[in-house]
Amino acid sequence: MAAVSPTLSRNSDDPAWRSRLLWLVAALTIIAPAAWLTEFNPGKLADAHALKTTARFLATMFPPALAPEFLARIAVDAWRTIAIATVGTVLAVLIALPLALVANRQLSISSLGGGAMCAICATLRGAVRWILIVLRSIPEIVWALIFVRAVGLGDSAAVMAIALTYGGMLGKVYIEIFESQEAQASRALLANGASRAQAFVYATFPVCLPEFLSYSVYRWECAIRASVVMGLVGAGGLGQRLDESMKSLNGGEVFTILVVFVVLVWLADKLSAWLRQQTA
Amino acid sequence: MNARAFLIGGAFVVFVGACVVTLTGDWRGFFSVESARRMAQLARDAMPPAHDGAFLAKVGYASMETVAISLIGTLIAAIGGLALALPGAGRWGHAAKAIARLVMNVLRAIPELVWAGLLVVAAGLGPFTGTLALAVHTAGVLGRLFAESLENISAEPYNALRHHGTGAAAAFWYSTFPQVLPQIISYALYRWENNIRAAAVLGVVGGGGLGQMLHFHLSLFQMQDAATILIAMIVLVGLVDFVSNRLRIAMSA
Repeated sequence: MAAVSPTLSRNSDDPAWRSRLLWLVAALTIIAPAAWLTEFNPGKLADAHALKTTARFLATMFPPALAPEFLARIAVDAWRTIAIATVGTVLAVLIALPLALVANRQLSISSLGGGAMCAICATLRGAVRWILIVLRSIPEIVWALIFVRAVGLGDSAAVMAIALTYGGMLGKVYIEIFESQEAQASRALLANGASRAQAFVYATFPVCLPEFLSYSVYRWECAIRASVVMGLVGAGGLGQRLDESMKSLNGGEVFTILVVFVVLVWLADKLSAWLRQQTA
Repeated sequence: MNARAFLIGGAFVVFVGACVVTLTGDWRGFFSVESARRMAQLARDAMPPAHDGAFLAKVGYASMETVAISLIGTLIAAIGGLALALPGAGRWGHAAKAIARLVMNVLRAIPELVWAGLLVVAAGLGPFTGTLALAVHTAGVLGRLFAESLENISAEPYNALRHHGTGAAAAFWYSTFPQVLPQIISYALYRWENNIRAAAVLGVVGGGGLGQMLHFHLSLFQMQDAATILIAMIVLVGLVDFVSNRLRIAMSA
């Protein structure tokens, strides 16, 4: 912030009032049109009809739905949510790991002597990176929408959606992890005739294992959230149940499902923190 | 390999096995020739993506709406987050701290898309709902980060001002706030980047922007229009990634 000498701002106690005013005006010229674009209108919430619907919805939240058969259904859905996230993440690792291996520049044999990588290899590595970018730039919920249109509702759509998007994200990070290691060990193995697989398994991977596990587990935690969200568009699990209860404005059920969901995320967070601690 | 690693590994395999077995998805159907044919048909229907001027203008407007949702949502979240962080950092006693932490954890635990689904009840379909959903979730995220920043700064400037008779509010704005401001700005910018991505899909559950348009046209099987929106989404997200990457490199250099 530009310092204005006190004599210039005799009218104010604040020596920086000019720059503050400038920042305020600049911010408002950006914020005002943006607020208009979002149809920003808190009055909408205070509208009589909206207030009545909201009040009725909130009132039905208590007591939460605790009927045994409902709880049993929720338990099954919660497990389904976990299962979707887990299988999706495992598939994502299975997609990401081979691609990250192919794209790994340290495992290039043609550039061993310090020369340039062969043209075909360089193109292949670039192509793999582009595949990963495309995979992760389509959000999982969009994949889910497309799969639901093409092959119908169900667990498989959600699992594949997580597998594809997270495959792209994991692949990118795996490449970064693998390539940030000292190349010496793997290069030495390669130079002495080891295959790429051997060099990776014996030199690169052991060093990277803690980081690899920790990021993969973190992504699993995110996948649980994603799997609930995808349920909202009809891809199974807790989210789908939540969507049904919200549409029928059954506040009690919504409340119970939200509590179960928050507990689920909390447990996943604790488990993932513990696992990361184990591998650190 | 030690015994514990073996045990964790074993438990992991059993867990994944149980997950695979209990999933009821129609896998044979998913990987069948029939569904491959339908996917191919969807892809063919999407070619060429819609590119008439009027539609492109609509997509452009929706893209701007998406960016606006993320901007206003993050801004409200930053203000709300600060309001939660003050009690959350233990400035007003233990009870207020516990309550603020609980509120922030709940706000944070529920994803923005679920918030959008809930807020549709109160605010109806449209970008305003998306903005509120982003703001509510992000307020929880930012509040926690801000509270940590507030706890970690030195209390001495504040105490010095207070000892000389400055009011609590003035002391806060002139000593505490300037100390945490750089962190507030960098956290808020980081979340903004995240929120542009989130805003792009928020509309799927009725929160406006590109997502709402995509859901609309996909529901009507207007695949050419959907393809254009999808491309706009990818370009927007890619652009944000590129710019933020460049900025990070420029700022760390």
